[in-house]
Amino acid sequence: MAPMLEVKNLGISFGGLRAVNAFEMTIQKGELYGLIGPNGAGKTTVFNLLTGVYKPSEGIVKLDGEDITGKPTIEINKHGIARTFQNIRLFKDMSVLDNVKAGLHNDYKYSTVAGIFRLPSYWKVEKEMDERAMELLQVFDLDGEADYLASNLPYGKQRKLEIARALATNPKLLLLDEPAAGMNPHETAELMETIHFVRDRFDMTILLIEHDMKLVGGICEKLTVLNFGEVLCQGATADVLKDPQVITAYLGE
Amino acid sequence: MTGMKSKKKNFRSNIITYAMVIAAFVIMQILRSAGHISSLFEGLLVPICVYVILAVSLNLVVGISGELSLGHAGFMCVGAFASAFFTKCLQNTLTVSGVRFALAILIGAVVAAVLGILIGIPVLRLKGDYLAIVTLAFGEIIKNVINVFYVGRDINGIHISMKDKFSLGMEADGEMLLSGPQGITGIPKDSSFVVGFILILITLFIALNLINSRDGRAIKAIRDNRIAASSIGINITKYKLMAFTISAALAGMAGALYSHNLATLQASKFNFNTSILVLVFVVLGGIGNIRGSVIAAVILTALPELLRGLADYRMLIYAIVLIVMMLFNWAPKALEWRERYLGRFFKKSAKEGE
Repeated sequence: MAPMLEVKNLGISFGGLRAVNAFEMTIQKGELYGLIGPNGAGKTTVFNLLTGVYKPSEGIVKLDGEDITGKPTIEINKHGIARTFQNIRLFKDMSVLDNVKAGLHNDYKYSTVAGIFRLPSYWKVEKEMDERAMELLQVFDLDGEADYLASNLPYGKQRKLEIARALATNPKLLLLDEPAAGMNPHETAELMETIHFVRDRFDMTILLIEHDMKLVGGICEKLTVLNFGEVLCQGATADVLKDPQVITAYLGE
Repeated sequence: MTGMKSKKKNFRSNIITYAMVIAAFVIMQILRSAGHISSLFEGLLVPICVYVILAVSLNLVVGISGELSLGHAGFMCVGAFASAFFTKCLQNTLTVSGVRFALAILIGAVVAAVLGILIGIPVLRLKGDYLAIVTLAFGEIIKNVINVFYVGRDINGIHISMKDKFSLGMEADGEMLLSGPQGITGIPKDSSFVVGFILILITLFIALNLINSRDGRAIKAIRDNRIAASSIGINITKYKLMAFTISAALAGMAGALYSHNLATLQASKFNFNTSILVLVFVVLGGIGNIRGSVIAAVILTALPELLRGLADYRMLIYAIVLIVMMLFNWAPKALEWRERYLGRFFKKSAKEGE
């Protein structure tokens, strides 16, 4: 069986700056995979390459055996990659429920005419969307806040809502960009549980970027360490965290 | 289910908007039949309808789609001329004014929508200030293009020139359809308050239902966060263009209503000031607030005329009203006050209604 994500020799330059070079990574279905590295190592750039925000200068990205290299963001999402963002990007003036329903956009359809004239397909599909969205919100314990504006949620819940919205697109691979950023230890612990739960409940493959070593060590099965845009070390979490090269990159000589 | 609450609130808010418009219409009709309306105000009724439609349609672009457009008068202009031209052409063949006017409105809307697509495809690649400037330029270009066209008709058919009337070379019985800066003259006065009212309802129906549908959600998602919207598979160009086109079509409709209320239609009326005036309605009524746009358009269109008796103080009072409305809609303290007192009032009346 083809791996869920296969990245070969991925690279991008911004002008003269080599942001990511010869990046390789293979993630099997159902794995919880971590991408770590010091600030400015190029982690988010890798995410942006995987999701089509940037077009790679070279290399191949395959999702579930399909070549998705250089496709536009919405196509890549349709192929099955969904993501969250380092700096939360919710639809802040929309309700929590509508944020998730926006994520259902491509799986639940009716025409514009049906929407304006409220034809039967509008009522039917909207009802299905409401049910599906509430189901997802329940998973994240957000169903009580469905009517809130997204911007009125507390920080930790905003992070959860972003994950719920990403899952609403029914992805094969979920990318989480620093999900624990700005969270207190309690919230981080809760988040670890949530991520685990999402993997099991949705049979999801997850790739996450993280700074919080406790979170990484606690939930990721495999790690890739990035430094100055290149892979420093790759393998099972326990081995990687012991690697002297990794310790040097993080803590200095 | 909790998610239903916001839906119900939305529904109630829409009902209030419709009810308000219908009540205003009924009251005006009663006053008119009782003869309590001055001829000055009588003449204002159709323009008020025109500006309400324009404000709501511009709010789709500015408030819902989140893009600043300064060329809305351009779409109105196209709708006005397309519909008036159609009416002039068919004036003698299609004498049932109701049918002819309905077709003219449809044509005004369709032509404006087509232009909306043509303009939108290149222009919507721009964002923010750049988009505003290009739409501004576009509005002026449309006005000036229409200004140079001369179209006439005689037994030999249609003649078009971009120079002047005489270069058309028409027979003696020829009739001018469009004569450059003089515009179109002799348009039958098909517009009425009733038609305006119906068009407002159609506009509200389209705008409110669009906003609360799958497409509206996509449009708002793009407004709130472009990058996140594309990350969940929403086609940015498609939905921006949809909002822009529907808005243009509604503006075209308003243009048709406008042109059939005047005997003479000149392109110079659709200048930058008109675009800004409509934008003022949208901003003061509350960006993204459809009901606010309706109220602001009515008050700010009627006020300068009603204050005519005050002569020199007219514009002073107008300016004060603008400032007060802005404070009422945007100042944090005023919002808090509204939430506390008016919010309670509305909740109470809604409960009583149940």
